[in-house]
This record gives sequence, C-alpha cells and structure tokens, in this order.
Amino acid sequence: MNSDSRFDIKKLLSNQLLIPFTALIILCLINLINDPSFFQITVGTNNAGNTVFSGSLITILDYGSELAILAIGMTLVTAASGGQDISVGATIAIAGSAMLRVLCGGNTRPDTLAAPIIVGFLVACIVGMLCGAFNGMLVAIFRIQPMIATLILFTAGRSIAAWINNNELPIVPDPKFAYFGGFIPGIPIPTTVFIALACIIVAALMLKFTNLGLYTQAVGINESSSRLNGINPTAIKFISFMILGLCVAVAALIKVSRLSTINYSVIAKDIEMDAILAVALGGNALSGGKFNMWASILGAYIIQFLTTTLYKFKVDSAALPAYKAVVVIILVVFSSPVVRQKLQQFSNKRAAATAKKEVA
Amino acid sequence: MGAEQKKSSIFTKVSDTNILLTITIVIFFAMYIGAILFQGGGFTKPQMFFNILNANAALIITSIGMSIVMISGGIDISVGGVVALVSMCCAVHLDMKGGSVFGSMLIALGIGLAFGLVQGFLVAYLDIQPFIVSLAGMFFARGMTTIVNTAPFNVANEEFKALMNTRIIIPGMGYTNRKGIYVDAYVEPGVIVAIVLVILLFVVLRWTKLGRGFYAVGGNRQSALMLGINVKRTRFLSHVICSTLAGIAGYVYFLHVGSGSASHAMGMEMNAIASSIIGGTMLSGGVGNLIGTLFGVLSLSTIQNIVSNAGLDQAWWTGITIASMLCIFLVIQSIVMTRRKRALKN
Repeated sequence: MNSDSRFDIKKLLSNQLLIPFTALIILCLINLINDPSFFQITVGTNNAGNTVFSGSLITILDYGSELAILAIGMTLVTAASGGQDISVGATIAIAGSAMLRVLCGGNTRPDTLAAPIIVGFLVACIVGMLCGAFNGMLVAIFRIQPMIATLILFTAGRSIAAWINNNELPIVPDPKFAYFGGFIPGIPIPTTVFIALACIIVAALMLKFTNLGLYTQAVGINESSSRLNGINPTAIKFISFMILGLCVAVAALIKVSRLSTINYSVIAKDIEMDAILAVALGGNALSGGKFNMWASILGAYIIQFLTTTLYKFKVDSAALPAYKAVVVIILVVFSSPVVRQKLQQFSNKRAAATAKKEVA
Repeated sequence: MGAEQKKSSIFTKVSDTNILLTITIVIFFAMYIGAILFQGGGFTKPQMFFNILNANAALIITSIGMSIVMISGGIDISVGGVVALVSMCCAVHLDMKGGSVFGSMLIALGIGLAFGLVQGFLVAYLDIQPFIVSLAGMFFARGMTTIVNTAPFNVANEEFKALMNTRIIIPGMGYTNRKGIYVDAYVEPGVIVAIVLVILLFVVLRWTKLGRGFYAVGGNRQSALMLGINVKRTRFLSHVICSTLAGIAGYVYFLHVGSGSASHAMGMEMNAIASSIIGGTMLSGGVGNLIGTLFGVLSLSTIQNIVSNAGLDQAWWTGITIASMLCIFLVIQSIVMTRRKRALKN
C-alpha cells in the first residue's frame, strides 16, 4: 500500500506537465486571494456593437493564443537546433509590414483594399518563411549558434519593417480585417482562439501523420547518429525554422489586425522572451532533444496568465520583463541537471532513511 | 594539385587568431582611407577619429568584456541592460539622493560585479546555457531600470558636470577652423579608461595563467580539464570580468551622455557582439584577440559614420548595416573554419 503511493508520487514528479500545472495552480491561488473577481466573465458589447464575453480569463485566452501559435514553432526549433529563435518579434514586424504594404498598396490612407486580405496574408506567410529560411540557412548550413544567427534579424528586423513601408504607418480601411484580432459579429469568443485552435490541430495532425516529430527529436538528441540513420539534419533544422516562420506570419496577422495598423518599434516587443519562456515552462529542455508540444502550448497560456496577473498588481508594462526574468531564472535553475541531481540525491537519501526506519 | 598544397599550408601555418585579426585590420584601414578619399569632409581631420573614440569608449569596454566571455566559450547579452541600469542608478544617486561622484563610481562597480557573480554562478556552477541566463539578465536589468526611475532626466550635479566636461588635449593634432581659430584635438576621460583597460586585459590574456586558461577552456573544455585547469572557476571569472567591465562601461557611458534613461544603450549587446566577431573572436570559443576587438569597434563606427555621411541618416540604416556586417563576418568565420578543418585533415 505504502510503496504503491510512493510509486505514484515518483511518477507524478517525473511528469513533464507537473511544472506548468503547479505554476497554474499557484497563479490561480494568488489571484483568488488578491481579487476573486479575476475569474468573473461578463457579457457586454464592444465598440463595434457586438455582444462579447469579457473578463481577465478571456483576455488570457485572447492574448495567450498568439503566444501559443509561436510556441508551436519555437518548440520545434528548440528541439531540432538546441537553441532558440530570438528574432520572432522582429520578424512579426517584417511580416506585418509586408502585409500592410500589400493591403494598402503603398498608400498611407487608402479608401479601399488594394488586394484581398488572403493575398496579404499569403505574402506575410512567404515573407515569414523567407526570414525563417534565412535563419535556418545560417544555423543549418553555416553552423552558427541559433541565438547568434537570429540576433542578426533581431537587430535589423524592425529597421527592415520600417523600410518596407517607408516608415509610414498605413491604416487598413476594411473593418473585416479587424476580425482576426478581435471578434466576428455574432460570436462572443475572440477569433484568435479559433485561429490558435486551427494551428494546434494542424500541428497535431502533422506530428501524428508524419515523421517530423521523431526526426526532430533524433536530430536534437544526437545529430551525427541521426545522420548515420539516414536522417538529413540540415534539412530538419531548416524545416523547423521555416515552420516557425509560418507561425510568425499567423501571429503577425493577429497583431496587425488588432490595430489595423502597425507600430514598428513596439509591435510584438519582448515576445521572443515570452515564447522561449513558454517552451521552458512546458518542461522542454532548452538544449534540444525531446519535446512535448502540448506542454509548450499550455506554457504559453500560463505565461499570459502571469502577465495578466502582474498587470492586475499594477506593474508598469516596462517593468514587466524584470519579473519575468526572475521566473525564467527560477525555472532554469530547477531544471538544470546539476540541481536535479542534487534533488535526486536528497530524495534518495530520505527514501533510504525511511526504509531503514521501517526495517528497524 | 600544387596550388591546393600551397593553400593548405597557408591555412595551417597561420593561426586562427591571426587570419581573422589581419582581415579586420585590413578592412578597417581600407574603409577609413576610402572614406578620406571619396567622402573627404570630416574624415580628413584627426578630430573625426577622436570623436569616434569619444562616442564609443563605453562600447570598447563592453566589447572587450564580451570578447573575454566569448573566448572562454560563453556569451553575455545582458551588457546593454547593465549599462542602462548603471547610468540610471548613478543619475538617481547623484541628483535625487545628493550623492558624491566617488559613491556613484562604487555603485557602477557594484552593479556590474553583482550581475557578474550571479550570472557566472548560474552559468559555471549550475551549468545553465549562458544565453538563457544573460537573456534573463538583460530583461531584468531593463525592467529594473524603469523600476528605479521611469522618466529620463539630465544630471545637474556640479561635481559630476566638472568631470563630464573634462577634456584631455592631444598635442599637434588640432586643426584651424573656418574662422581661422586653432582648435585643439581632444579626447574624453572615458577614452583613457578604455585604452588602459584594453592594454591591461591584453596583457592578462596573453601572459597570465588565467588568461591562457580562458583560451584553453573555450577551445576544448574536456582537454582543459585534463590539463588541470579549474574549468568552472575560469568560466565563472570570465562572466565576472565581463559584467564588471559592463559596469565600468556604464559609468563611462554615463560620463559621455550625462543623463539617465531606460532607453540608453539599446542594442549595445548586439554592437558588442558584432565588434567582437568582426574583430576575429570566434563564437565557438578559444580564438580571439582584444586588439582585434578594438579594431572591430572602430570598423563598426566608421561604417556607421560613412553611412550617415552619405546621407542615409534615417535610423533604420544603422541597424541594417550592423546586421549585414555581422552576417558577412559570421559567414567568413564559418568558411575559414571549414576550410581550415579540411586543410588539417589532408
């Protein structure tokens, strides 16, 4: 009986979802104590006159969705290359800027759309994938560490985005464009939730019916042995960056749609930190190898939960990174091999001590 | 066949450090002479060169710290944040708390040292990826800067202003301006600090046990361990040195701009990494030279000056030029290394 329950605890402790769920429970408790109205969902009308749900939980679902989309791509990149892409915020600016350029046709205040929304989105996808291909080329072919390789676009990205539109801020005239980051009339749930759901389903199908997941893990765990087994590590790394580029384009659609315009220096600022944090919070090793997509997606929503909670505590948005940095450090310290080993030794010692007592 | 033989012998004879260092120095002189020939104007006056030094003294100091970390196989992207935090804390200390200049210097050193100790411990003793640690460090420093004080402001402390306006005159390098008055060439005190630190650390890296340890650990951690080098302590010290230098650089930067602001030194970590790489420090560790880093900073700022002199002074061009230069040098490094490996194999 006793040994059975201990076995269960050990299994639970080794489960990857333990960290995200613990974080979620802690955050829920903090909010429950601070202000129970955090969990209230009210029905109201928004500026466009639609009946919509509102409340902190809806905000978390809404803004967490764009993070979840990025987390899908970031998990793959992390697993395949053992590094992270820190250019996602800047590439969102580039893809969004390209989309605006196509939709507005170079006009700052057009009366009608210059191209259908779908064309704008496709262009954004191509641009996003090109940026991904650029990063992927540097990482896979020139073998530069992922974070340094993506540092290039991280610096130049927002400049390139401003350059695409000549530093103008065009405004999309069509109210339909605002649906992607807001609400579709008649549906009270944010559209972003459906977009994220679609992306998650596509990702799940891809992992289920192709070997991509297996190959990615193989490359991340041991590159040379996966090559000996007939996998092409260069191609796998390249593909993972391209997929992240696609995720970036979808996130750019949502981000630009929220404002119907763009602000080059502010759009998706510090989002790379959140995306990396989502992967880490999901219990995935940041040094590559095995991954769990669901844990990352859950991690993304928890990060947004944390952000919303901090806002509730009236933390200035510029000071937000300081708190998140502390969370990152705590997470990586507890998941570092050295600390894990120490904890393991400690628990083993205790188990041995209790076993001795039982014998005595 | 014969040509192949010769090429491989050149690639194996010259050490990695020297190939990359030579490329950098040649490129810097080519660029500067090109600028004198084709753009003329300010580039013909020695003061232009000193102005580049004045504006980049802080960057030189952070870059040599970055090079040391990179030589020992790590990276630190928190330096820009540390510089901003230091200048904000010093500004608040001098202006709002009525502190002294000496006190503010201690604050700068203390902040740098604290960042170095924490990050070094996490990287070296807990074996966490340096990039993640310093990414968190960067966000922490940036966030703390706004927590200390949100609004940017200029320092009005008299004692500090006297130090800030100190100019060191370089004899014989002045020029006669349009009104016919002779203007002396000058540098700011920060430049002297930067030059002294470059020389000091160059000597440390070249001739001390610790300095050689950095190269050994960065080149191959396993063999360094076999040689009896304390790998953990060496990596720890590299981060401590880098962050302390970032603290000093923060003070030099503060001395140059004389204000505290949360947006100070935005992207400085990127410039420091770019300068180190352009100066021939290998990302993979074990290769690098501080003189190269110095030339890396000079090349970077010369090209920025050329770009803005050419009339492309919109803000985005700076970002694009630095990024493309970094990209080119990264690819050169990658190619040099692959060819070298091949040459060694043959």
